[in-house]
Amino acid sequence: MVKSFTCIMCPRGCEISAEISDGRVCSVEGNVCPKGKDYVIQELTAPMRTIASSVLVEGGELPLASVRLNRPVPKERIFDVMEEIRKVKIKAPAVLGQTVIADVLGLGSDVIVTKNVRKKS
Amino acid sequence: MRDVDAVIIGGGPAGLAAAVRLWDKGVRNLLILEREHELGGILRQCIHDGFGLTRFGETLSGPEYAQRFIDQVEARGIPCITDATVIDITRDKRVTAASREGLVEIQAKAVILSMGCRERTRGAIRIPGDRPAGVYTAGVAQAYINLQNRMVGREVVILGSGDIGMIMARRLTLEGAHVVGVFEVQPYASGLPRNILQCLDDYGIPLYLSHTVTQIKGKERLESVVISQVDDNRNPIPGTETEYPCDTLILSVGLIPENELSLSAGAELDRGSNGPVVDEHHQTTVPGIFAAGNVLQVHDLVDFVSAEAEELADSAAAYLQAGSLSECRLQVLTDGSVTHAVPRKISGEADFTLSFRVRKPAKNCRIRLVQGGETVFEKKMAKAIPAEMIQIPVKASWLKKNEDLEVKVEW
Repeated sequence: MVKSFTCIMCPRGCEISAEISDGRVCSVEGNVCPKGKDYVIQELTAPMRTIASSVLVEGGELPLASVRLNRPVPKERIFDVMEEIRKVKIKAPAVLGQTVIADVLGLGSDVIVTKNVRKKS
Repeated sequence: MRDVDAVIIGGGPAGLAAAVRLWDKGVRNLLILEREHELGGILRQCIHDGFGLTRFGETLSGPEYAQRFIDQVEARGIPCITDATVIDITRDKRVTAASREGLVEIQAKAVILSMGCRERTRGAIRIPGDRPAGVYTAGVAQAYINLQNRMVGREVVILGSGDIGMIMARRLTLEGAHVVGVFEVQPYASGLPRNILQCLDDYGIPLYLSHTVTQIKGKERLESVVISQVDDNRNPIPGTETEYPCDTLILSVGLIPENELSLSAGAELDRGSNGPVVDEHHQTTVPGIFAAGNVLQVHDLVDFVSAEAEELADSAAAYLQAGSLSECRLQVLTDGSVTHAVPRKISGEADFTLSFRVRKPAKNCRIRLVQGGETVFEKKMAKAIPAEMIQIPVKASWLKKNEDLEVKVEW
């Protein structure tokens, strides 16, 4: 069976067609780099995604600090992770790179701050 | 009156990269003017990841990408004034800004235009109907949600498949809204394929091509929109109307380079890119005024904005040292196959980066650069789409010194 994929590893977005039999990838075509094949294998077995959102900041110049996952998590757990992120409230200053949830839901990914938010003066 | 060597109008990705490179080239009497309270430009609200893969070899969020440049600006002590809106630039490079301290007047030897772009609005695409609350451009909705912690609505229709629109479809879904669908008037998506997958398909959000909003209904707040299918000429087909109840309509229908100040400085604009006409030095038609980033041409990747601004800074530094730059007498000509080309003028004697977009999606096409009827460069592409800017590093050694350069895409 031939299945087609849009690779999301980089903005190029290669259209990859993969020959699949018994759930295994026999050959791939259309990817310009090796990441494409890894992506197809991952996508077939256990699709992974990263997400970005924000957490509340108390006493900051902005009400929010943006956050993201530093490693991808299983696609079907995205909304569970969003639930966890929604519970977080931190105190200003927020510092870029700061971990707000370590190993979220035991999925091996940390939620990290991606923006500096200064204390309101 | 403050005298500077170079003034940079806008502290977004283009302005920051230009400032750092100018400094490193020895131009130390610099000033960045930024309209917002913080540096970083639009990246501050682009909290999704995917930035920086080309430049840093890793995928960052917008604020992180911006911070890497802000850190470099701060480490060098490059002066900047925030909360300062430039209200006029003259041909002789006199810049007036409204700031917290009142009017600031600057006399510069070189002006760097890096104001970015703005969004097309409902008015620009003339959607008929009522004028209720709940109609936002994608960037405005993004600012509300990501900067101000304000949710824009619950039941959302998105018009236009630009990248920001698709990214907002995902963002709104993650925040608990229901996105009815993304409707695109063209027969193909205008954003990147990866965003169709990771922002729409992943969340079961349908993308309807050749559809548009033909009516907006609602008294105080938006109550519904009417969607129609369109024909090959983008005219709505009678009888195909479907009404979708919703409280929010997000428009992601294109970006326009922000060039009111370029015009007041006397720079000529290009009808293809809507940005200033520039030569291979990124110099506009006014000597000593340069442009890069989204003010010059709307980019899809910030990595290329930074690179373009650094090329600009190299030229601007050379201009400041020599007082002028080599003349560019050859035109870069385009036909209907591409939307625009940057630069528009070249010398034929130096390397430069040629940027353009195909007008419509093409498979197995051929890009040809032609001078005097002779092909000087040819490249085959399996796939070319308007969503992806094509950049070709053109070598001086390919070029003739006395013929205009034609850019052609054939399929």
